Amino acid sequence: MKANHWKETGNSKAEIGRQIALRNRKNKWFKGVIIGATLLATVPLLLILFYIFKQGISALSWDFLVNLPKPVGETGGGVANALVGSILILLVSCIVAIPVGIIIGIYLSEATSSKLAYYCRLAVDVLQGIPSIVIGIIIYEWVVRPMGGFSAFSGSMALALMMLPAIIKSTEETLKLIPRTMKEAALALGVPYYKTMLKVILPTGLSGILTGVILSISRVIGETAPLLFTAFGSPFMTTDISKPMSSLPLIIFNYATSPYEDWHRLAWGASMLLILMILMLNIISKIIQRKWKVQF
Amino acid sequence: MESPILTVRNFNAFFGENQILKNINLDIAQHQVWAIMGPSGCGKTTFIRCINRMHELIANATASGSMQLNGEEVYDMNPVVLRRKVGMVFQRPNPFPTMSIYDNVIAGYLLNNIKLSKSQKDEIVETSLQRAALWREVSSTLHKKGTFLSGGQQQRLCIARALAMNPEILLLDEATSALDPVSTAKIEELIHELKKEYTILMVTHNMQQAARVSDNTAFFYLGELVEADSTKTIFTNPKHEKTQDYIRGHFG
Repeated sequence: MKANHWKETGNSKAEIGRQIALRNRKNKWFKGVIIGATLLATVPLLLILFYIFKQGISALSWDFLVNLPKPVGETGGGVANALVGSILILLVSCIVAIPVGIIIGIYLSEATSSKLAYYCRLAVDVLQGIPSIVIGIIIYEWVVRPMGGFSAFSGSMALALMMLPAIIKSTEETLKLIPRTMKEAALALGVPYYKTMLKVILPTGLSGILTGVILSISRVIGETAPLLFTAFGSPFMTTDISKPMSSLPLIIFNYATSPYEDWHRLAWGASMLLILMILMLNIISKIIQRKWKVQF
Repeated sequence: MESPILTVRNFNAFFGENQILKNINLDIAQHQVWAIMGPSGCGKTTFIRCINRMHELIANATASGSMQLNGEEVYDMNPVVLRRKVGMVFQRPNPFPTMSIYDNVIAGYLLNNIKLSKSQKDEIVETSLQRAALWREVSSTLHKKGTFLSGGQQQRLCIARALAMNPEILLLDEATSALDPVSTAKIEELIHELKKEYTILMVTHNMQQAARVSDNTAFFYLGELVEADSTKTIFTNPKHEKTQDYIRGHFG
């Protein structure tokens, strides 16, 4: 009976036309809702970016990039020390976190069923969820106190700890996606296991791993809380990582909470600088993904 | 008769408690093509993976019994050394995606840090690709990525990669099952050429293929080697009922 439904409805042609029109309306309505929801989510993001750019663009200038902060009362001044500090602190945290993260990622992708891997994975998940301020406190206890004072190095350690989960996860996931046959191809040629991993599997997954690394950098580049008790901040230009050092998120925090109009302007400028850096990192990761894409 | 290149005696293979191969005995003579046949799950792939010790790479996989390559016990050898003597081509083409065609052919040397002069490399690449009947198609694009080739070309590239190491035995694990008929025909022709210099063991589901290219056929069933004889005998006058049923397509 069901199959004949169309034929039985009296004026079938008009009926079919109506039904199709109804479906088309539903389709349009559905599409409208999706686009509307997407706009609803995107517009605030764009507004934030627009506002920061509007506020920051006036502060941004060559002087802003190369000058040191001026004392209260004097106009002008820049964030050169914070920019150098941010880059230096990140550089040291990368040197620590990238090799360790990739090595752990390789281990987890290989040892899928071992007990150690299970606990390691659990630890990584928990580490990912630890609030950044708590990491700051831990590094304060473990590094700042034993070293006898605030230092850029301790800030780097805090950021490295925060970068680790993302690097480990992206390495593990990337390597797991590489077909097992790739490894067998190398082993069957009489290539020892460690060379197979280092020379075949790692290069094959390189673009995915690097993308993870870059995204983890852009995640921690704006972290303020873990730097408060570690790198602490400094009004001077310094490249000595055993001394307190300024960084962009720290001066944003300090200047934005100050009562001076001029400092607020600097905070906006620093915010914009930070966002530009993150944007650049994201563009780089997109380029790496496209250019170094490995086709199996 | 000269002594066989591969001697298998009372050989067993397991996955955990599960016995995959049961008491296999087989002699493989030099420069012969052996087809390994049998229904799915009969252990034929496991058998050839035991020869270059790829079997043991899987967790819980073990093996016992004797397998000798030129009189040397395979399971006493260093697997890395063994695998340079026993080349393997897999079911699906698996060229290294980060390497050019040229580098793929000499991958066995590159990855093992074996130093070669430019002229040595060129020579190995050219002869290997020629033996794999791929040279004419790729000679002008040697520095492109191997993954840009068609599936059939990729598989011949993998054969060239295996041949570049000058193995004594070449194992083909259903090497043509993922390929179109034209590529399959090319690889079958190739096997015919290669047996002048190599000993070849090929796992195949395709009985016509076994009949066309192999000198001898081994029929596996439920982990046992039911019958091993010249291909002609197996196909025209099999001794065992199981073999006969399989050849006639009664099961499989």
